[in-house]
Amino acid sequence: MKTNFKFKVIDIIYILMMILPVAFSITLKVLTTPVSDGISISGAKIFFEIPMPLQNLIISESQINSAMVLITIFFFCLYMTHGLKEKIELKRQHFAELIVEKVDGLVGENMGEYFSGYSPFIIAIMALSGFSSLLSLFGLFPPTSDINIVGGWAILVFFLITYYKMKCGPLNYLKGFTKPISLLAPINFISEFATPISMAFRHYGNILSGTVISVLLSSALAGLTSMLFNSLPGFLGEFPFLQIGIPAVLSIYFDVFSAVLQAFIFAMLTMLNVSGGLDIDEYEKRKLKKAQKALKNK
Amino acid sequence: MEIAIGIILGCCALGAGVAMIAGIGPGIGEGNAVASACEAIGRQPECKGNVTTTMLMGCAIAETTGLYALVIAILLIFVAPNLLVDILVNTISAL
Repeated sequence: MKTNFKFKVIDIIYILMMILPVAFSITLKVLTTPVSDGISISGAKIFFEIPMPLQNLIISESQINSAMVLITIFFFCLYMTHGLKEKIELKRQHFAELIVEKVDGLVGENMGEYFSGYSPFIIAIMALSGFSSLLSLFGLFPPTSDINIVGGWAILVFFLITYYKMKCGPLNYLKGFTKPISLLAPINFISEFATPISMAFRHYGNILSGTVISVLLSSALAGLTSMLFNSLPGFLGEFPFLQIGIPAVLSIYFDVFSAVLQAFIFAMLTMLNVSGGLDIDEYEKRKLKKAQKALKNK
Repeated sequence: MEIAIGIILGCCALGAGVAMIAGIGPGIGEGNAVASACEAIGRQPECKGNVTTTMLMGCAIAETTGLYALVIAILLIFVAPNLLVDILVNTISAL
């Protein structure tokens, strides 16, 4: 394997750019956290507000963290695709091809032929959600435990669903509300809006519950340590014996497993909902009719 | 005034506790899902991967109602007391 100097320098720049945003977030967190006010459960910290005509635009910790995740993923993609060759020379190309193949397979299996162009969108959602949740491993505020961030993705998915339902004409879309019987129209209307809300709350609730339970456990362990080892002399009396290691076991489930699983589920539900929005038979029928009309007019 | 604040705090805690009764439903549902998945794997061990993936999906969806309750309980414990006490203080000072 031949790699010249320039290639290596670009590689190092990419890796640095992957690490720097996370380091920036950690520095920001360290600088803005007040000194030792105990363990507390609070929402995202608000850094500053931009005045706007209707309501002030709030720039919070979760927004900055998710922007940092975006930069990290961008340079991760650049790093993975750097030096692609037809005859594979680098190990990372195997990994990149594996990811692309898996996602293409998943999308083809779940969404069908018509939506085969959706795999970049799906892997983007999966990577964004997964990396955001995994940020809590660094002690940062995971953006996915803020309803505003996850709600934004859910609204995007809602617009996609509505777009594909509109594809067969607005009249058909409205007719879809009276599907079994017309009496059920209000309930169908509510369930239309329940999809994004339930998607957002599922993801947000899972990550938030992990954070809350971890904080509760570590504060309980702090209390237990001070009760048991308070009588020890000097430095040993304040040393956090029980808080070392035990919360990390829970963190494997709540931070790693739950984060990856929720990312997968969010992407899966996106696929199922979006592809379920389009009535493919009806769409083909309309397409055929249009083509016939165009032929007659000629 | 103190009694009113006490009632607010107590009812928030009580409400959070009652809301988490909803945890029963997902517990039973996920138990059923995993039991069926185990049966399916026992019958056809070769499709273990597919069954596990589908089971995790189903579990996550069955979990949703429990998570709604959890979110409401968390809001009731950490957000609602401050909000309600603020409203109370503001209305009393306005009178």
